[in-house]
Amino acid sequence: MSVLVGKNTKLIVQGITGSAGTFHAKQMREYGTSVVGGVTPGKGGLVHEGFAVFDTVAESVKKTGANATVIYVPPPGAADAILEAAQAGIEVIVCITEGIPTLDMVKVKRALGAYPKSTLIGPNCPGVITPGACKIGIMPGYIHKPGKVGVVSRSGTLTYEAAHQLTALGLGQSTCIGIGGDPVKGIDFIDCLALFERDPQTEAVLMIGEIGGTSEEEAARFVKTSMKKPVAAFIAGQTAPPGKRMGHAGAIISGGKGTAAEKIAALREAGIAIAATPAELGKTVAKFVS
Amino acid sequence: MKIHEYQAKEILKKFGIPVPKGRPVFSPDEAEAAAKALIAETDSEFVVVKAQIHAGGRGKGGGVKVVKGAAAARETAQRILGMNLVTHQTGPGGKLVKRLLIEQAVDIARELYLGVVVDRGVGRVVMMASSEGGVEIEEVAASHPEKILKEAVDPVVGLAAYQARNLAYGLGLHGAAAKNAAELLMQLYTAFVATDASLLEVNPLVVLTDGRVLALDAKVTFDDNALYRQKDLEALRDLDEEEPAETEAKRYDLSFIKLDGNIGCMVNGAGLAMATMDTIQHFGGVPANFLDVGGSATEERVTAAFKIITADPKVRGIFVNIFGGIMKCDTIAAGVIAAIKQVGLKVPLVVRLEGTNVDLGKKMLAESGLAVTTANDMADGAKRVVALAAGKGA
Repeated sequence: MSVLVGKNTKLIVQGITGSAGTFHAKQMREYGTSVVGGVTPGKGGLVHEGFAVFDTVAESVKKTGANATVIYVPPPGAADAILEAAQAGIEVIVCITEGIPTLDMVKVKRALGAYPKSTLIGPNCPGVITPGACKIGIMPGYIHKPGKVGVVSRSGTLTYEAAHQLTALGLGQSTCIGIGGDPVKGIDFIDCLALFERDPQTEAVLMIGEIGGTSEEEAARFVKTSMKKPVAAFIAGQTAPPGKRMGHAGAIISGGKGTAAEKIAALREAGIAIAATPAELGKTVAKFVS
Repeated sequence: MKIHEYQAKEILKKFGIPVPKGRPVFSPDEAEAAAKALIAETDSEFVVVKAQIHAGGRGKGGGVKVVKGAAAARETAQRILGMNLVTHQTGPGGKLVKRLLIEQAVDIARELYLGVVVDRGVGRVVMMASSEGGVEIEEVAASHPEKILKEAVDPVVGLAAYQARNLAYGLGLHGAAAKNAAELLMQLYTAFVATDASLLEVNPLVVLTDGRVLALDAKVTFDDNALYRQKDLEALRDLDEEEPAETEAKRYDLSFIKLDGNIGCMVNGAGLAMATMDTIQHFGGVPANFLDVGGSATEERVTAAFKIITADPKVRGIFVNIFGGIMKCDTIAAGVIAAIKQVGLKVPLVVRLEGTNVDLGKKMLAESGLAVTTANDMADGAKRVVALAAGKGA
């Protein structure tokens, strides 16, 4: 078992004829993901690097039975690509695109309310991987290994750091979910924690947050009230100055809110083990796993 | 992207929001002329001289003065222009004042606060209003959160008229003032969405004795991700207000923030970059910058990044921390080697490479003959660079 994606996932790639789409479609196929085709409006009917290309998501679903999509469409068209996928009945929508205007995502979030069966991951995220079964996104596949720890993170490369440490420790990962660094996005920590809590393969969860917003505090409350499985966490940006956007649009301490200290206090209060440095991500969760 | 108060007011005016009469000036001569014209137009001897910098708290710092007459405006302008204005938002270094806003003085009955933000918790634009205008809204939020009224806006419907009325009456306004404030709120929401703002504040919104409302101060921040479709806004950028190294970094699509320490950092990924800074501090060092080279950086961009770091005279050591995913370790190595060939290397360099093409990257650095200290992991690298920057061996 795993969460969100696995052996039964049939993936299409939106923006498959672009350079990022092409490169990662091949990488995902190589990893063993069932990539059943791609979508680029105006290029339907082509076969691109061995992938069937369709004009619309709806058509690709009809012809291939796709149930997941990954979006590499540039920012001006990315919000539209998400909506098209939802309308076509895609269940798992992974949006890699970085730089989507926030107000576009406000509209997308509102519109997705009409599609309860669709789950959006991202945007501005590395994607989701169930090691050994299905890789959707841009993460390097080889650092992962099937295992018992669920990983959920706002940061891409820190997720790699965590996966690498878990693999080196022999623990592996059940599923790694990168939820992305934007202020308005799809699933958040709480959604992922709930999924891991129900997943029999997952024995413990490693959560990687960063400064800005209050998602980590909400996750802390959820862990305290609704989770039996152990959780370990790390918060990036403990030494970040206020008022400066640290790369991610969402990573900013504003009005004295969203500091790492506040988040760590909330997580500790909920009984979550805190990794003091990113070098201790794996070690901190290791003690919870048999 | 941030802009000046006078620019924000020009935008609000376009959307029908009443603002005081005023104009920007760059010299005492211009200040005097502007004051003279305003005095003639408004039939009042009083004008306000306001320093234009990208930071709040200007009044407390001595950057806002009410004066009587054009000669006084000139004198005050002379004093404020060229002054290093220090406020709680500028940091201890302050900011050099190069522009002023000369504005009509108004008779204020009440000062209120209005703000528009994207609330990430609900994923919607939220209109905020408070009767505690003119003061730091963060302080109100901390001490009296119940004094901040909020209405979340459905993006399909837009701000509904009843929501605007809820806020206006909630502020304790009546009659014409309530009607005017509600209308202004509607215009404010329209302006926010039309310009892809990420923050829009009117603090204070003043209610005049005759029931009119006026945006006495205005602050706007735009969503950088949306600037591609807001071409007009680019002209409002004031490069004097931005850190030159950060402007240079932007040209190469690098995410760079200048900090106060002496250890330069080059990392891929924002989260890892923050975590690297945290680790350096954990071992007793202080980072000189935040730098995310991004996932798709070319050798040229890596070279540019390295040059920006080495251009900072305070830097005593450099830590390159890369976990290659899309980013390939050999690209990083090639970029670093190219940069050192061009600008030299005067401080210790510690490199930690992991991920895609790690072996090739390490081999390139080893064969380059450059004095590079390699690290096994992030903690090891941070420890070494902190020791080296302090003049101790690693």
